[in-house]
Amino acid sequence: MKNYLNHETTIWSWLSTKDHKRIGVMFLVSVTLFLLVGGVFALILRLEHLTPDSTIVSANMYNQLFTLHGVVMVWLFLIPAIPTGFGNFFLPIMLGAKDVAFPRLNLATLYIFWVGAIVMIYGILDRAADTGWTFYPPYSSVTYTKAGPVLLGVFILGWSTIITGVNFITTIHTLRAKGMRFMDMPLFAWALYGVSVIQILGTPVLGIVLLMVVMDHNFDWGLFDPARGGDPLIYQHIFWFYSHPAVYIMILPPMGVVSEIVSTMAHKNPLSYKAIAYSTFGIAFAGFLTWGHHMFTSGMSEFNAGIFGILSMTVAVFSAIKVFTWTGTLYKGSVWLRTPLLYIFAFLFLFIFGGMTGVAVAATSLDIHWHDTYFVVAHFHFIMVGASLTAFLAALYYWWPKITGRMYFEGWGVAGAVLVFLGFVGTFFPQFLLGNGGMPRRYYHYSEEFQALNVLSTAGSWVLGLGLLLVLVTLIWSLFTGEKAPANPWNSRSYEWMTPSPPPKENFFETPRIQRGPYDYHLPLERR
Amino acid sequence: MSAIPRLQHHFEDLPKQAHAAKLGMWLFLGSEALFFAGLFTLYAAYRAHHPEIFRLGVAHNDLVLGTVNTFILVTGSLLVSFAVNALRLGRRTWAILLTLGTALAGVAYLVIKGFEWARHMSEGIFPGGKGSFFVENPEPAWAIFYTAYYGLTGFHVIHVTVGVGILAWTAWWMHRERIGPAAAYKLAIVSLYWHFVDIVWLFLWPLFYLLRNPA
Repeated sequence: MKNYLNHETTIWSWLSTKDHKRIGVMFLVSVTLFLLVGGVFALILRLEHLTPDSTIVSANMYNQLFTLHGVVMVWLFLIPAIPTGFGNFFLPIMLGAKDVAFPRLNLATLYIFWVGAIVMIYGILDRAADTGWTFYPPYSSVTYTKAGPVLLGVFILGWSTIITGVNFITTIHTLRAKGMRFMDMPLFAWALYGVSVIQILGTPVLGIVLLMVVMDHNFDWGLFDPARGGDPLIYQHIFWFYSHPAVYIMILPPMGVVSEIVSTMAHKNPLSYKAIAYSTFGIAFAGFLTWGHHMFTSGMSEFNAGIFGILSMTVAVFSAIKVFTWTGTLYKGSVWLRTPLLYIFAFLFLFIFGGMTGVAVAATSLDIHWHDTYFVVAHFHFIMVGASLTAFLAALYYWWPKITGRMYFEGWGVAGAVLVFLGFVGTFFPQFLLGNGGMPRRYYHYSEEFQALNVLSTAGSWVLGLGLLLVLVTLIWSLFTGEKAPANPWNSRSYEWMTPSPPPKENFFETPRIQRGPYDYHLPLERR
Repeated sequence: MSAIPRLQHHFEDLPKQAHAAKLGMWLFLGSEALFFAGLFTLYAAYRAHHPEIFRLGVAHNDLVLGTVNTFILVTGSLLVSFAVNALRLGRRTWAILLTLGTALAGVAYLVIKGFEWARHMSEGIFPGGKGSFFVENPEPAWAIFYTAYYGLTGFHVIHVTVGVGILAWTAWWMHRERIGPAAAYKLAIVSLYWHFVDIVWLFLWPLFYLLRNPA
């Protein structure tokens, strides 16, 4: 049977495609590639910290490596991963549409992404930036390394992000199938809506401020140079005005994934559809009012710091609403304990851990102690890796049958999930203790008393790396030898499972009419 | 006879397709607004740091040229609104002429702006506090003021230039494709972008020309 993968097979048919599914697949391949690159950087960094002094790289190279690890992971993996990969693939299908609103622009986002990535890689190969992923001036203005292309690359990637956001919101407003109200949309679509709002409103602010740093760095404008009347603090404000919401760009799509998988695997209505949908916007909104908490130690009045601290804590309220709703959904469901759900369990555990330490660092008194230590590193890795990456993997396993038409290997899937979870905890839990003990982040040398925990963390990173490698190898292997996937392997009620696996080019054979909700598990499953 | 725009396969009907295109443009403009918001924040913060020199810097700019440019841009916006209306009424030639009029207004704006920049440079004022002016006026705030000036007006000029290009292309497209009322929404979307560019200037005008009197 003809489907979106085999109706045309030339390379050109892929490169010139306007099919959102193919664009989604190409994005998935791209971001996975960059996950590997960023992961290798991370492994080298951890290896360097095996001993308190120099282990394998020089101090300068260490600075470059932690910068590149951050830049690649944030802008080439975490931010694009779920929206551009799974979002592109599934949003139109979930809405019963044939494509996104602007298919040509959608293809353009892929090319813009690659242009941005190549500009960035050029900067990496030729004296990679050593500023840290936050590019704080005045250092970033004067560093001898090639910060310019890396900054410019991020600016270009921003366009890709903005256009994706515009495309998704327009798609949701104009292309829902006949009979589908907003409150009938799968929750993943709500998550993409929320994240698109942040992408549209946050990204340009980052774009402009990074462009200013490019001007400072390459043309000596001195906008953030105190010697010339500039103020580096203003950079920090504008940078974090985007880059804190960027954390929600990284976490809202994973939350959408969790909502889908929890409901499907429990075969049960979400405990409250509205609570999940509305709290998405609570997070998106509150997320724009918290940026100051990155700057408690950079010269901020106690009053401002207090306000930012309290506003930051409100994010936890909306997040908790989601977590309780998810656990409530699982309660008394008929739960299928498969690989995707295992990752969701990991997500819940690690997200609560990361989230609660986030509330702790939002308290100014505690933040002064933990600022710029490994405690913060551990905290945000619990969110970005513990939550975002596990949700990405959950989504990969959950939708693998739909995307590829093959089942993955359950046994290997479970093994990978266990390794990833153990490896993650092994890597990052010691870092909480290191930070609390006073080990600063981004230092090449550390005191000998920290070595035992550092060795543990490095060993953990090997387990994590091994787990991810196992995931990659077994998934690729399943492409060739996996069982053929049925249309709906999970007995889900969500709309994307109503079409064959893999879906036909136009998504559905006939224009779908929506007659029931995406979570109507009290109704019998229609067989086709 | 005028051509009817092609219905893309994923839309139910033309009105929906037009609605999507408009919504997309509005969202994009929302993004653009935040882009300039970052620059305005920079201006506001530096003006708060150095109120007196920013005031003197504004007073140094040519109020007449800035105001003439405001007039030119607003007139351009008016013309393109008429153009949209003309196309909706099926008067393609008028629509093309009015659109070209707007593009011309944009060019006039660019010429005046270029003249202003040239004058600043002849006074030894360059971005980054370079040039003889800053030797005579060594306070760092002067450098910041003029760097902000070049930065903000520069980004606006980029937008005007893009706008002129799009307007000229749209005029050509209306002529070549014999565009009629059914596709007037496309011209309306182009005009939205132009109005946005215009509105940004309505903020730059006070920031760099009007706020010159002592408090």
